[in-house]
Amino acid sequence: MTLSALRVAIIVFPGSNCDRDMMVAIEQLTSRRPALVWHKEASLDPADLVIIPGGFSFGDYLRCGALAGRSPIMNAVLDHAARGGAVMGICNGFQVLTETGMVPGVLIRNAGLKFTCRNVRLQLCETLSSPFTAGLAMGEDLTIPVAHNEGNYFADDDELDRLEGNGQVAFRYVNGDAVGPANPNGASRDIAGVLSNNGRVLGMMPHPERAMSKLHGGTDGATFLLKSLEALVS
Amino acid sequence: MQAIVNISLKEGVLDPQGRAISHSLNDLGFNEVSDVRVGKQILLEIDETDPARLRQRVARMCETLLSNTVIEDYSIDIPDEE
Repeated sequence: MTLSALRVAIIVFPGSNCDRDMMVAIEQLTSRRPALVWHKEASLDPADLVIIPGGFSFGDYLRCGALAGRSPIMNAVLDHAARGGAVMGICNGFQVLTETGMVPGVLIRNAGLKFTCRNVRLQLCETLSSPFTAGLAMGEDLTIPVAHNEGNYFADDDELDRLEGNGQVAFRYVNGDAVGPANPNGASRDIAGVLSNNGRVLGMMPHPERAMSKLHGGTDGATFLLKSLEALVS
Repeated sequence: MQAIVNISLKEGVLDPQGRAISHSLNDLGFNEVSDVRVGKQILLEIDETDPARLRQRVARMCETLLSNTVIEDYSIDIPDEE
């Protein structure tokens, strides 16, 4: 399969606001426009990758991602994941994934109580086999922006030990040339992204679709997305 | 019948908002405040006359949507229950 044959679906909720940016980013890399799928749809055309984009689905009412996680389309996304399909959740998409239990843990209010919008430095961790980390070199650092108010990853210590033992921690915040402390939100053990226990679902707070060109201030998002897409093709 | 759901953060889960409120209360002279935890209350009006059945349904709602049991506990109060 070639990159242009890759079928990518992006789920759109009321309040999603990174859906179009992600569509443009994926199209830039694959020359094929992803399908935008409205949350009221009850089924999903076959897809090689489903992306839950960032934003403020349902105005963050009740809890971030809670209402989106129970939308009609999510049953189809859960089925897709249960068949081993790949799913990527970015920012609010990560919150949606935790709310459905597709990835473990939960994202709570930033420890500093402030919305944080800036570049962070990410370090790839040693993980179980996953298309989202396969193409990146172990220890490779990426600079990608975050923009969130609830990105403080939380799970209890036993669960965190289990995740680390299984290789489900994909990215950690590390010191780099980014302005401000390495960990922007107080996340447990500096966790920025986690994988499901089969490695096929990734949730991450940083926005790769916002680091796609020099005009964005960096291209590490493009590097990360391209490696993931290439791993899904091969 | 009415059901009142109280949702609170589990022990051990950081509550940055509660901590900020605690600091503000201390600054205002309420030095006796040593800890604040913020929860939420959800009032539900439900077409149901049997309190036991109501409690069971509301518990399902809490487990399905109203609380995230990874970090939150819930309690259900039914004022009309004898």
